[in-house]
Amino acid sequence: MMGLFDNANVKTTPGKVEKQRIEIEKTKMLEIRNLHASVEGHEILRGVDLTVNAGEVHSIMGPNGSGKSTLAQVLAGRDTYEVTEGEIIYNGKNLLEMEPDERAREGVFLAFQYPVEIPGVNTNYFLRAALNAKRKHHGQDELDAMDFLSLVKEKAKTVQLNEKLLSRAINEGFSGGEKKRNEIFQMAVLEPTLAILDETDSGLDIDALRIVSEGVNQLRSPDRAFVLVTHYQRLLNYIVPDFVHVLVRGQIAKSGGKELALELEERGYAWVEGESAVAS
Amino acid sequence: MVEMTAEKNAYAEAFEIIEAQAGPSWLLPIRKAAMARFADLGIPTTRHEEWKFTNVAPIRKLDFALAEVGGHGVTPDRIAPFVCDGATGGTFVFVNGHFDKGLSKTGQLPAGITVGSVAEAVSANAGLLEQHLARHATNEQDAFLALNTALMRDGLFVHVPKGLVVEQPIQAVFVTTSESDPTMAFSRNLIVADESSQVTVVEVHVGLGTIPFLASSVTEIVVGDNATVDHYRVTREGELPDNGFFVGTTHAQQGRDCNMRSFVATTGGAIVRNDATAWLGGEGSDFTINGLTMIEGRQLADNHLCIDHAVPHCTSWEYFKGVYDDDARGVFSGRINVHKDAQKTDAKQTNMSLLLSDRALVDSKPQLEIFADDVKCTHGATIGQLDDEALFYLRSRGMMREAARSLLVFGFCRESLQEIRFTPLKKQLEALVFERLPHGNVFLED
Ligand SMILES: Nc1ncnc2c1ncn2[C@@H]1O[C@H](COP(=O)(O)OP(=O)(O)OP(=O)(O)O)[C@@H](O)[C@H]1O
Ligand SMILES: [Mg+2]
Repeated sequence: MMGLFDNANVKTTPGKVEKQRIEIEKTKMLEIRNLHASVEGHEILRGVDLTVNAGEVHSIMGPNGSGKSTLAQVLAGRDTYEVTEGEIIYNGKNLLEMEPDERAREGVFLAFQYPVEIPGVNTNYFLRAALNAKRKHHGQDELDAMDFLSLVKEKAKTVQLNEKLLSRAINEGFSGGEKKRNEIFQMAVLEPTLAILDETDSGLDIDALRIVSEGVNQLRSPDRAFVLVTHYQRLLNYIVPDFVHVLVRGQIAKSGGKELALELEERGYAWVEGESAVAS
Repeated sequence: MVEMTAEKNAYAEAFEIIEAQAGPSWLLPIRKAAMARFADLGIPTTRHEEWKFTNVAPIRKLDFALAEVGGHGVTPDRIAPFVCDGATGGTFVFVNGHFDKGLSKTGQLPAGITVGSVAEAVSANAGLLEQHLARHATNEQDAFLALNTALMRDGLFVHVPKGLVVEQPIQAVFVTTSESDPTMAFSRNLIVADESSQVTVVEVHVGLGTIPFLASSVTEIVVGDNATVDHYRVTREGELPDNGFFVGTTHAQQGRDCNMRSFVATTGGAIVRNDATAWLGGEGSDFTINGLTMIEGRQLADNHLCIDHAVPHCTSWEYFKGVYDDDARGVFSGRINVHKDAQKTDAKQTNMSLLLSDRALVDSKPQLEIFADDVKCTHGATIGQLDDEALFYLRSRGMMREAARSLLVFGFCRESLQEIRFTPLKKQLEALVFERLPHGNVFLED
């Protein structure tokens, strides 16, 4: 009989196991260093520094036009934004050198602030192609139509998304809330490593907000991280962040714990802007 | 009149052959008048307003001859890829303008309907033929239409009597062969749907062989009061992508409260010119025409629509989409004439073009002539490349670039093909579109 405490094993491994555990806890998943990005020669991100470790939830807040979506899109690989300086390391790799689809297959996911409508292409159809591209990339078997269907049924339920919508053209004729839930649904199916949610909470009623938050919370795990871009502290009542950052004029002006969100809610952004102006 | 070129003589020679053949006495004067009209007009140049963007110089330069009857070497296997399965009303094959019984397949049809070849109907259904053939498609400015009237050989004849609803789609396949010399073929179809009847007719046009050919085809459709006709015109790339010159007209002559639903699909040919014309001559009738063009290489497709709203309370709907790759050229012209008394006309025209290469080119021209004051006429045209945002959206989920592009194009086309009610044809065309796209990891759903 194999003993639970095999002496030989215990002898050779304790140091290693201990070290690994510590490493996992502190694994740097994303490291953004001095990121500058512009669009049509207009600098929007002006030196962003941000480190996200596995298992963490970071919230990014900030006034309109401060560059939150730009940051999210740059992370996902949108080429309308030109990165002029700085670097992004994702799980030890240079993220900026990767194509958008390669990033996705490596586990990056962006829930769009404004999900696009795509006539003629239904969600299930493309999502299965996307999921299988990812599975293939990781050496897993592709899902057949039946397996995929049951996965879809299960995940659609968790975000209370009417399955019928999924056989319609992507986001076409969806309500605002349905579009946002569709983003979370896709996230649930693709099970990303790093999920960036760009204002997924904006414009949702409390029920939809709960559903979306629940979708995120179910995915929270020690080897996953979330970056939540939001305007409203309310979301953070449902998804409790580890860190809150304030983006002002293309730079992180202030970082703190979840209390910072409450303070921002109360005092607005002006005081942070003031502080950062003094600081720079 | 333009100079008498060798090509013109070729048409004149052809006319002599046709003229010498036996035919009903009422037809000959029509043919003669048409030939004279053609001689006057000549093969159009780009100076002609309706041919501004479609240069048919290659047609003018070639010396086409009428193909012989039989001995064409067309086998069922060779046409199988182009035939649509599921035409339970029968498949009628015409080779070089002649009905080919051996290649055709009879179907199950309800009693009362007459389906067959125009050449036979000329004697068997003399009255109907004399009443309708070459009486409705009569655009005096259309040289190719005149040429077709002068030289028409045979085609599909369908007559659906009052009240009969025909559930089984009827298919006609027009094959032009050109193995050693440039050939020309002239087919002429007539569909007469009497009051409250309904019928579906599919036309497939294709060329076999490697030498240039001219395929001219005209279909006149008489839609009786309260009748419904579904009509499909499919022009397919044959064994070579760019040796086929297709010129054709589909004309709908509509009565009261009737529906004409048309779909024009073009997936190849050196030059494909489709004229679709409708005369809404009875109140409460509707003309709906959808189209999808998907071409590449140096192919050109020209859809020319002309709808006459002659009376009040009619509706028309035109929705044409096109995908152009490489050096392909697209032309769309949508003319809507709202006559003086045609109040409450509701006409909508949309033309959307997708350019997959920097060299592809599309000219889109709406022409609304409105002489009534209480009407609703709208038109819209977009010409563009694949939507970057949509492409990014798909890629941000992990789809490879090529696959995402293919899927977007497929989606663009599929949206149009949804309008096809005859499901086997829809599936066939979906598969055709899909095959043209780089697969990537996109898959075709059942
Ligand atoms: N494609 C673009 N072309 C031109 N300007 C752009 C583009 N995208 C963003 N901008 C500009 O960059 C700035 C930052 O925009 P971004 O969308 O990143 O802000 P945001 O913080 O997400 O704002 P919001 O809170 O309104 O969503 C804004 O001034 C915006 O107008
Ligand atoms: Mg934003």
